Amino acid sequence: MKITVNGNGLEVQEEVKHVKGLIDFLGLEDKPLIIEHNQQILQKEEHEKAVLENGDKVEIVHFVGGG
Amino acid sequence: METNRYHRQILFAPIGESGQEKLSQSHVLIIGAGALGSSSAEALTRAGVGHITLIDRDYVEESNLQRQQLFSEKDMEQKMPKAIAARQRLSEVNSHVKIDAIVGDAEVDILRKIVPEADLIIDATDNFETRLLLNDMAQKYQKPWIYGAIVASYGVTFTVVPKKTPCLQCLQEYIPVNGATCDSVGVIQPVVQKVVSQQITEALKLLTGNEAALSGKIISFDLWNNEHVEIEVASLRKADCPSCSEKRSYPNLAYDSHLKTAVLCGRNTVQLRPQRKQTDLNEVAKELQKNNQIKLFQNPYLLSFEVDSFRIVLFQDGRALVHGTMDQMEAKNIYHRYLG
Repeated sequence: MKITVNGNGLEVQEEVKHVKGLIDFLGLEDKPLIIEHNQQILQKEEHEKAVLENGDKVEIVHFVGGG
Repeated sequence: METNRYHRQILFAPIGESGQEKLSQSHVLIIGAGALGSSSAEALTRAGVGHITLIDRDYVEESNLQRQQLFSEKDMEQKMPKAIAARQRLSEVNSHVKIDAIVGDAEVDILRKIVPEADLIIDATDNFETRLLLNDMAQKYQKPWIYGAIVASYGVTFTVVPKKTPCLQCLQEYIPVNGATCDSVGVIQPVVQKVVSQQITEALKLLTGNEAALSGKIISFDLWNNEHVEIEVASLRKADCPSCSEKRSYPNLAYDSHLKTAVLCGRNTVQLRPQRKQTDLNEVAKELQKNNQIKLFQNPYLLSFEVDSFRIVLFQDGRALVHGTMDQMEAKNIYHRYLG
């Protein structure tokens, strides 16, 4: 399945079924993330319900502290 | 006013003569004069903002020069406080701008005096404790502020407008507890300019009456990995937010008068801020000189001395930086041993 993450194409395996699976796949599970799935902001509890399909767009932002 | 100085900016239609006049009447508070603060301050000074207040608690060191554009090797050699060195350089860039420099922490007492008179606050701090405090202050006095932060090749920015956008407290669940900071992964200079470009463009919109052009989005980018993301976050505004809703109580303005410690970003350094305020640096130097093991350096703003494997820098406002440790208890012990 091919999806777009932060504007870049990403080929993911079948076992990545939902947004939570994608976060784990990207190794971001420990970070507090603001996530938009097909232009819809998700609450954390929705990550597992947000099923990924071919062509989906996911945007991920995280806060950092440095200045 | 010189007619030619802002010619190109006035030609830019959304600003024009009236926008330039508004800029010249504006007061911007910049919190932090490190990488982001240096760059923001220079941009606003060149743009002809009438009055800029800079607050910073640190002094110039060698590792700053790679990305903190207002500072020179001479500033480093003289251990100049960043706010003072920045004011010096900015007044050379544009002598018509009034620049106030405050060497100290952006704490409640200081912000309470400045924020009501400012039109806008630029966040150039390196920690969320100060950001949450400034967020509450901005909400209390209904002032917009512009979050900006950087680490490695990643930057993120968001404009907080009271009553319009979510505030930082609304987004609190997304604040990293022990997230990456500049101490472990470094930072490259272009990401500073990219975040500041975003922040200052938003600032120009706000200051010239072009609020309709504000982005309303959290914008992040990773320059090295060629990523750019914008997320519309209006829906994350919280109806029961303790900082910006009708039930507001400003949880981050609670006054704490005890000795406060903080580990500084990117440095093997702890800051201590005691309750007592002004310190007579000459008196302290005289005392310390009785111990001939101690190597002293002094300028009009600070006193620096080395002892064992530590270097301690004491400022006029009573704050001390203890270099050589990230252990807050150890820093407290050293402070009490040499400074009472």
